[in-house]
Amino acid sequence: MIDNRLYKHPILPVEEKPLFTFYFQGKELKAREGETIASALFANGIRILSYHHRDGAPQGIFCANGQCAQCLVLADGFPVKSCMEFIRPGMKIEPVVGLPELPAVNPEEIPEFKPIEQLEFSVLIIGGGPAGLSAAIELGQRGVDCLLVDDKHRLGGKLVLQTHRFFGSVDAVFAGTRGIDIATRLENEIKKFPNVSVWLRSTALAVFSDKKVGILKEGTKYVLVKPKILLVATGAREKSLAFPGNDLPGVYGAGAFQTLVNRDLVKPTERLFIVGGGNVGLIAGYHALQAGIQVVGLVEVMPEVGGYKVHKDKLARLGVPILTSHTILSANGKDSVESVTIARVDEKFQLIPGTEKTIKCDTVLIAVGLDPVNEFYLKAREFDLPVYAAGDAEEIAEASAAIFSGKIRGLEIARALGVYTGEIPEDWYRTAEILKSRPGPTYSEQYPEKEEGVYPAIHCLQEIPCDPCSAVCPRKLIEVDRSDIRKIPVYYDEKDGKGCTGCERCVVFCPGLAITLVDYRKNPEFPEVTIPFEFLKETINPGDEVILVDISGQELARSRVNSVKSIKGNDRTILVKVSVPKAVARKVSGLRIQPEIKEIEEKYQSRIPDEAIICRCERVTAGEIRKLIREGVRDINEIKAITRAGMGPCGAKTCTPLVHRLFQEEGVPESEIIDQPKRPLFIEVPLGLFAGLEKQKETGNEPR
Amino acid sequence: MSRAEYDVIVIGAGSVGTPTALFLAQKGFKVLVIDRNPSPGQSSNKRAIGGLRATHSDPAKIRLGLRSLKIFSTWKETYGDDIEWLQGGYCFVAYREEEEKTLKSVLPVQKKYGLKIDWLEADELRKLLPDLNPRGLRGGTYSPEDGHASPLLAVEAFYRHALRAGAEFRFRENVRELVTEGGKISGVVTETGRYAAPVVINAAGAWAAEIARMAGMEIPVKPDSHEAAVTEPVKRFFDPMIVDLRPVKGSANYYFYQHATGQIIFCITPNPSIWGFDERETSEFLPMVSRRMIELMPRLQNIRVRRTWRGLYPMTPDGFPIVGWSKEVEGFLLAVGMCGQGFMLGPGVAELLTRLVAGQPGPDDEEILSYLSPYRNFVSEEKLK
Repeated sequence: MIDNRLYKHPILPVEEKPLFTFYFQGKELKAREGETIASALFANGIRILSYHHRDGAPQGIFCANGQCAQCLVLADGFPVKSCMEFIRPGMKIEPVVGLPELPAVNPEEIPEFKPIEQLEFSVLIIGGGPAGLSAAIELGQRGVDCLLVDDKHRLGGKLVLQTHRFFGSVDAVFAGTRGIDIATRLENEIKKFPNVSVWLRSTALAVFSDKKVGILKEGTKYVLVKPKILLVATGAREKSLAFPGNDLPGVYGAGAFQTLVNRDLVKPTERLFIVGGGNVGLIAGYHALQAGIQVVGLVEVMPEVGGYKVHKDKLARLGVPILTSHTILSANGKDSVESVTIARVDEKFQLIPGTEKTIKCDTVLIAVGLDPVNEFYLKAREFDLPVYAAGDAEEIAEASAAIFSGKIRGLEIARALGVYTGEIPEDWYRTAEILKSRPGPTYSEQYPEKEEGVYPAIHCLQEIPCDPCSAVCPRKLIEVDRSDIRKIPVYYDEKDGKGCTGCERCVVFCPGLAITLVDYRKNPEFPEVTIPFEFLKETINPGDEVILVDISGQELARSRVNSVKSIKGNDRTILVKVSVPKAVARKVSGLRIQPEIKEIEEKYQSRIPDEAIICRCERVTAGEIRKLIREGVRDINEIKAITRAGMGPCGAKTCTPLVHRLFQEEGVPESEIIDQPKRPLFIEVPLGLFAGLEKQKETGNEPR
Repeated sequence: MSRAEYDVIVIGAGSVGTPTALFLAQKGFKVLVIDRNPSPGQSSNKRAIGGLRATHSDPAKIRLGLRSLKIFSTWKETYGDDIEWLQGGYCFVAYREEEEKTLKSVLPVQKKYGLKIDWLEADELRKLLPDLNPRGLRGGTYSPEDGHASPLLAVEAFYRHALRAGAEFRFRENVRELVTEGGKISGVVTETGRYAAPVVINAAGAWAAEIARMAGMEIPVKPDSHEAAVTEPVKRFFDPMIVDLRPVKGSANYYFYQHATGQIIFCITPNPSIWGFDERETSEFLPMVSRRMIELMPRLQNIRVRRTWRGLYPMTPDGFPIVGWSKEVEGFLLAVGMCGQGFMLGPGVAELLTRLVAGQPGPDDEEILSYLSPYRNFVSEEKLK
C-alpha cells in the first residue's frame, strides 16, 4: 500500500493523528485527519484527479491554493476543489469524467431561504497572511473593530509553509525566526484583541458597486459585509508558464508543492525538477530536500538566479544542479510527468540548438514569479470604497516586507479612522523600502587572514536585507550597518580586547546558513569546521564520510564527521563538525547530500511550442491564440469570445499573464493590448448559498 | 484625417450592425462599420445571454424572429462556424391565472404568423421539465423551434464573413458628427476620419439616441440595466429557455437556460427599471435571482455560479424596436431600440435593412415596418418583453 506521508521532518513537528477510511473510485484508502482531499489522494499515490470535460485530458493539481480549478473532484457527488476541502471519514471521491451531473433534488421541496446577513465593520481585512495579520494587530491595539477573513483553515497565509528562518530585520520583523513560528506568534497576538473577528475558511467573492463585500463565510453561508475601509492583503498567485506538456499532472506551482509537503506533510514526488530561480523556486528546492525528495535540477533562463544568493548556494552545496541560462522545452509523459527536456539559451534567450537534455523526473515545479492578487483592490478603487493594499497584493516582495507593510497600512488605516492621530514614523517607510529591495551587488569571498584561534567564516556575499547575525553575537563582533541592513556583515577580530569564543550562535542563527565556524585551537593543520545543517539528525552520524564543498557547491575535501550536535533551544538547526586541511578550511561552507544527477539517454523529441496550454480551464493552446494575434486581434475579449480562453472557473487568473506573454513574443506592444474586465465571482459558489441556504458544516476532520 | 467613400455606413458593430454589414456586403454594397470598441460585439452583444426565439406577441417581431432563427439554426451548414446553436425551445411557465391568461391570449397571433407553439398543461410540461416545481404549476407555452446560441461566437462569425464579403470595420473610433447636406445624410465624422456615404444606419444600441441627436432627431431609446450570470457546466438536464413572467419586488421576469456548453445562463429584468448606463455589479442581484430560480427549479440550488455581469437593454416606450427611414434626414436609417432582443432579432433585422437599402422590399415588409415605425405613437405594450 502506498503511503507518501511524512512521519519525520527535520523542522516541522509531525503530530500523530488518527487515520480513517475514504474511497476513491470505490477503492478503500486511508486519510489522515486534517488532510485536504488532494493531499489525501497524493498521500495514496494518486495524482490524476479528474479528466477534462473538453478533451479527456488527465488533470492534476496546479495551484493547491483555491485559485485555479484544476483539482476538481466529485466528493459524495458534489464537485469540489480538492485542495480546499477536508477529507472526511467515509467520503466517496470520484474523478470528474465528462461534465458532472447536478445532484437531483425533490422538485416539490423548496428549501427554507434565510435572509442574507449584512454586517458592518470599520475595517474588513481580506487575507490572514503576514500583511493582514500585522495590520490587524495595529488595528487591534487601537480598539478598531475589524473583521479578518481568510480562505484557509488556519491563519498565517504562506508563512505556514516556510520552514526556513526569516531574513529581514530582527528589530522590525522577526528575522531569524522560522516562518511557521512567525505565523503562530502573529496568530496568538491576534487572539488577544476581542475587537478583531476572524473568519477562517471564508472566501471574499466580490466587491460590489454598493460598497458591500460578498463573503462565503466558513464555506457554509453567504454574507455581505459593509466596511468603512477595506484592506486587501490577499497575497500573490503564481505565474504560469507555457511549454508543451505544461498541463500534465505533475506540473504544478512551487506554492502547491510547499502546501503538500510543509502544510499537509505529504511527499508528492520522488524526483523533482524546478523551473525558476527566484526565492520561491530556490526555497521550494530546499524544502524538497528536507522532505527527503531528490531535486534533479533547477533551470533559470537568466544568466543568474533572481533569488537570494544564499538560497542558491544552499541548494548548490547540497548537490542540486542549478542551470542558469537554461529553459524548459517540454514536460514529457503519457498521463503524467516522466521527464523534462531543457536547453541552454543565448543572451537573447534564444534556444541554442544541440544543447537539449532530457532528465528523468516525476514532477516539475513552476516557480517563475508571482502576480499580486489585486482584483478586490482594483474593484474597490473603481467603486470608491476606501481601500488599502498590503504585502504581495500591493507589491511582490519577501514575507518580511509583507509583515512590515501590513503594520504600516494598519497604522495608516487607524489614522484614517481618526483613532490614531500621530504621524506614521518616517523611518517605517524607509525600513519598508529596504525590506522590499531586490538582491543587490555580490562581492567576492574574503576571510580573515589569520589561521589560529576560532572565528566565523562568513559566506554571505550579496546585499540582501538581513541582520540576525549581528544581533546574536554576544560580543558584537559581527556588524551589519544599522541604517541599511542590506549591507553585508563585517566581522571584527576583537572588540574591547575580546574576540570570538566559538559560541556558534551566528552559525545557528544565520537564515542563509552562510556562516561556518573555523576552529584552529585543537589542530592548526586540520582545523575543525562547524557547519549548520537542517536535515534529520539520524541522516548524519559521527564517522560518516562527507563531501565538503565551497560556497558554490564545488568539492573541496572529503572528511569524516567528528560530531553532530544539536543544542537545546537552538531551533532545530543541528551542527556538523568536521576536520579539514587548513588550506580549505575557511572555504568550506557546506556538505553535499545528494548524489550526482544523471540525465537519461532517451532521444530528445522536439515538440511544438504551440501545443502549450495557455488556458487550463478551457484547454486553449498557445497555437490557437497565436493564430489570432497574427491575424491582428488585439482585444483579449475577442480572443476570449473565439477560443473561450478566460471563460473557465478560475476567472482568467492563470491565463491572462500568459496571453500577454504571447503578445509580447509576437512583438505587440503592451499599449495595444485590450484586457478583459474582471468580474465577480472570485470562486464558484453554489446558487443556493446566495438564496440564504446554509451548507452543512464540515465535521469530523477539523485539525485539533 | 482619412477620407473614404462608401455606399453605406453602419454605426455600431453589435448584434444588429455586424450581420447588417454582412448582408449588405453580400449584396455588393461597399460598407463601412464604425464602432467605439476594439472588436465586434463588445457593448451589449457579449452581455446577451443567448436566447433566440420567435415567440413574440406581434407579427413584426414574430416574422423577424422566425427569419433570424432560420439564419442561426442553419449557420453551421451554410457558413461552417459553430455558434453553439441548440434548438432547445422556449417555455413560458404559468403559476398564476394572470400569466396563464396572458400567454393564452397571444397564442392565436403567434400561430397565425407561423410560430410553432402550444399550451402544455402542467403534467405535460413536467414531462418536458421534470425538475420544475409542480406546486401550483398551471402549465405553460412551449415553442420547440426556438433555441439559443453564443452571442460572442455568432457576432464573431458575422464579422469574419462580413470582412470576407468586403465590408470594412473601423474600431476604436467614436462618431462625432453626422454630416448632412440639404436634408440628406452625406457622411460621418469620427475623431480620426471622415467617411462619406449616402446611407447611414444607426445601429448604436444603447447609444442610439445620442447618434440620432447628431442628425437632429429625438428618438425614445434609453437603456435599462439588467444583471446576468453564468454557472459551471453540468451534464444536460433540460433543454428549453424557461421564462417566468411573474413580477415580484425588485424583479419583473427572469429567465434561464442550459447553454450548449452545459452552463446555466440566467438574467432578470429589474423592477422598477434601472435607467442609465451603469453596468457595475450590484450585491442585490444574486440573492434576488437565486431565490426565484430555486423556487422554480429546486435542483438549481447546487449549481455553482461562475460569473456575473450587467448589460444594457435599449428600451423603447412600448417595448418594440424602431426600424425605418428617417423622414427628417434622407438616407438616415434607424435600427435601434431592440429592447434587449438585438441578438435574437439581429439577422432578421439585418436582412430587412439590406432590402430597404437595396430598395427591394419583401411582401411582408410594409406590415413589419408599420409596427416598428419611428413615427408610431408608442402606446401599445409588448406582452412578452
